[in-house]
Amino acid sequence: MNAITTPADWATDQEVRWCPGCGDYAILKAVQRTMPEIGTPPEKTVFVSGIGCSSRFPYYMETYGFHTIHGRAPAVATGIKLANPDLDVWIITGDGDGLSIGGNHMLHLLRRNLDCQVLLFNNEIYGLTKGQYSPTSRVGTRSPSTPFGSVDRPANPCSFALGAGARFIARTIDTAQKALPEILKRAHAHKGTSFVEIFQNCIVYNDAVFDAFTDKKAAADHQLHCEHGQPLVFAKGTKGLAFDAGTMTVSVVDIAEGDTTGIMVHDEYNRILAQLLIDMPFGPFPMALGVIWCSPASTFEAAVVEQNVAASAGKAVDLDALLRRGQSWEIAAKDFHTV
Amino acid sequence: MATALQTAFDNTHPAKTHAETMVVRFAGDSGDGMQLTGGQFTLSTALAGEDFATFPDFPAEIRAPQGTTFGVSAFQINFGAGGIETAGDEPDVLVAMNPAALKVNVGDLRPGGLVIIDSGEFSARNLAKAGYATNPLEDGSLARWQVMAFDISRQTLTAVKAFGLGNKEALRCKNMWTLGLALWMFDRSRAPLIEWLRTKFSKNPHLAEANAAALNAGHAYGETAELDGPLKQFAVDAAEAAPGFYRTVTGGESLALGLVAGAKLAGLPMFFGSYPITPASPILHALARLKEFGVTTFQAEDEIAAIASAIGASYAGSLGVTSSSGPGIALKGEALGLAIITELPLIIVNSQRGGPSTGLPTKTEQSDLYQAVYGRNGDAPLVVLATRSPSDCFEVAIEACRLATQFMTPVMVLTDGYIANAAEPWRVPDMASFEPFPVTFHTELHPEGHINPYQRDPDTLARIWIKPGTPGLTHRIGGIEKGVATGNINYEADNHQAMTDIRRDKVANIARVLPPQTVDQGSECGRLALVGWGSTYGPIRKGVQRARARGLDVAHIHLRHIWPLPANLGDLLRSYDRILVPEMNTGQLKTVLRDQFLVDARPLSKVSGQPFKIAEIEAAIEAALGERA
Repeated sequence: MNAITTPADWATDQEVRWCPGCGDYAILKAVQRTMPEIGTPPEKTVFVSGIGCSSRFPYYMETYGFHTIHGRAPAVATGIKLANPDLDVWIITGDGDGLSIGGNHMLHLLRRNLDCQVLLFNNEIYGLTKGQYSPTSRVGTRSPSTPFGSVDRPANPCSFALGAGARFIARTIDTAQKALPEILKRAHAHKGTSFVEIFQNCIVYNDAVFDAFTDKKAAADHQLHCEHGQPLVFAKGTKGLAFDAGTMTVSVVDIAEGDTTGIMVHDEYNRILAQLLIDMPFGPFPMALGVIWCSPASTFEAAVVEQNVAASAGKAVDLDALLRRGQSWEIAAKDFHTV
Repeated sequence: MATALQTAFDNTHPAKTHAETMVVRFAGDSGDGMQLTGGQFTLSTALAGEDFATFPDFPAEIRAPQGTTFGVSAFQINFGAGGIETAGDEPDVLVAMNPAALKVNVGDLRPGGLVIIDSGEFSARNLAKAGYATNPLEDGSLARWQVMAFDISRQTLTAVKAFGLGNKEALRCKNMWTLGLALWMFDRSRAPLIEWLRTKFSKNPHLAEANAAALNAGHAYGETAELDGPLKQFAVDAAEAAPGFYRTVTGGESLALGLVAGAKLAGLPMFFGSYPITPASPILHALARLKEFGVTTFQAEDEIAAIASAIGASYAGSLGVTSSSGPGIALKGEALGLAIITELPLIIVNSQRGGPSTGLPTKTEQSDLYQAVYGRNGDAPLVVLATRSPSDCFEVAIEACRLATQFMTPVMVLTDGYIANAAEPWRVPDMASFEPFPVTFHTELHPEGHINPYQRDPDTLARIWIKPGTPGLTHRIGGIEKGVATGNINYEADNHQAMTDIRRDKVANIARVLPPQTVDQGSECGRLALVGWGSTYGPIRKGVQRARARGLDVAHIHLRHIWPLPANLGDLLRSYDRILVPEMNTGQLKTVLRDQFLVDARPLSKVSGQPFKIAEIEAAIEAALGERA
């Protein structure tokens, strides 16, 4: 029986040191608020992070926590989970930490499908190093390192995750205090690596970069909330997504009088649909949010444990016998004394 | 040894000639199975009760173009009466399976030594591939040696004809024919090897019998060809070994076994995170098969993930281990700092190879000592140990587990490519003879406020180890400096000074619990001390032995503990007039000794990718003593 906890039980006595108005505060609050509902006790929970603003997160969670080095949280988390699969592991990372310096580890974490939750705070900027552009910054981003605008094309975190073999992909917004906890719960319930991209506003270096769809006035017209089994509609039900089988493309269509005939229905298990939703260019299309793809498969740590058990079955654990395996011979004491 | 053998070869009597020790090198194309031949000859040597040391020397390419000099693979074994410490300076017998193998190796053969050649491979095309303008079998260039050239290829084809193998498959039995001949030369039993062939080819008994036929034919050839020419049987003395149970062991195997034993003595499951690299991979291969001993192996996506996962496992309460070679250790550098600042037990094995960069992947060197001792950002001390031989790896690995867990520190074990691949007889110890050092995780609740994970044992300065999952002791650690008294993030100047001092003292104080440095040979003071570490042990030991036999005042000190150095080492070194440090690098331990003790340590360097020869050590001793006289 797990003791009942309150959000306050999940907060440390440490002063939170993000910039005033940072989106990280909202995410921290949502996580602390959701943990009691998830129900894993704090001592069974481990938050692992890399380097960057978001990676300070573990210091504020009253759980076990490991603030590691830049980009390597997935690798450290893999060791933790393999050493003790009973632990509930959360990885906190950012666009630079998770997709630039740690991109390789993220790829392998996702393809292996370690049971853990990845919360990737995407603010499209390097905050802690004072505002350089990041691998998710849009072309033309002006920053101290790109005074004339960045010229390289950005990575799409969810598209990367899908390509890497992720089995759970969700997208949400830092301030979405209703949607975010629901997604955290879904991510936790999913066995395997749950990849959650959180659009997080950096008030100092990249303020309002997501306003086109996060702003209250824009939300209705530009956010598409994906719900399994429900038609993919937005703009208060006046618009929806339709699929043209001939060109294998999606298009935005107007919905007359609530008639959703011909509108695609969200199916979390459909990988092709997930790819379409993730890759829709924002502007002509809305931003797809919610659980976009969820298709459970066996997890890495379970497979490792299973093989460890199977390969050990029926074998004597005799170290002395092990040392004596192989090409061996014995020299008897009497031979020694006669020489 | 050389004198004894000279007599042996000069002996024209048909009876077996006698030798105390013998050095044989098998050399051929990398596809000729020379490593396998050498390995099986080693087994027969062990079964004959002889002491031995081996030196496999193979190219970095898996299958270099056939017949080329860079595709030559060789296996050298020194065997005979006890006290064999090296694979031997110069072969007494060379088996050359093709012109390229002859060209690369014959120069090492001692004058008057025997070279056995497969003349069937000496076609114009193969001679050209090896870069021979004229056929060395005909141009007199081998006059310094005794040459036995015959068509091993044809002999093999005849021997296996009855089995109806294709030409290519039949020729693959050549190495067994050669092994058969070698077994005859050294009067070895064929039965265990035929048994081994039947096991190896159990799924293809036809091939097993073909190989056995080739082996028997090679043996029979020796018997019939004995009467003329230089081919003779040798009676090599058996070793006077202490009673006990022996096995052959390579450094890679021994290190893997030592890690398993060390984790067991600590009472911990082991997590081994590694990324394949030459010559470190045999340790990963060995451990991957030992799951029943509580070993989890993880082939990570890169070197950084390998160490990072091991750190994660240590944090979660396992004994984290990672293993690599120099280039991989370089990649692990930042994570080493994380393990140091979070004060987690961790073992890092470095199977050194020639550097810098990719360097010489399959050749041996000891040039990562600076990297081990100094190679990190910040003041980042860790423990460094060095193995001296394949069997020594076992004890060093246990020592690494002990120090890592008792002092909550990363420990780097330096071994090298030579030790990793070389085999020697190992008198297997009883596990009961090792004192266990069980780990106690911290579970006691803090009376008030928050637990400080950096709470320490006042004596060892080791911090407490709390396993995640323990109720009431949630805490955070990480790479940012932490407060001495709280474990919370702390950037204060005095605190960083205090934590830096603690990290330094914790590792430095380990010297207090180390056994005092002993002198391997010679007296504790005198005219000259040779100070070595790692795989130079064999040649230094033999070189010093010979010099001392000639009355020279020289001692041999060999270090296992590189950092911290044993507490008495400074005084010990100061008791000699001269200090010479033979190393397969340009003088790295020499620099550390100078730095730590202000002594006039002089380097003796060799970075040719080959171990020191005994003669080179002997000459250096003479020079050092002569210089002073």
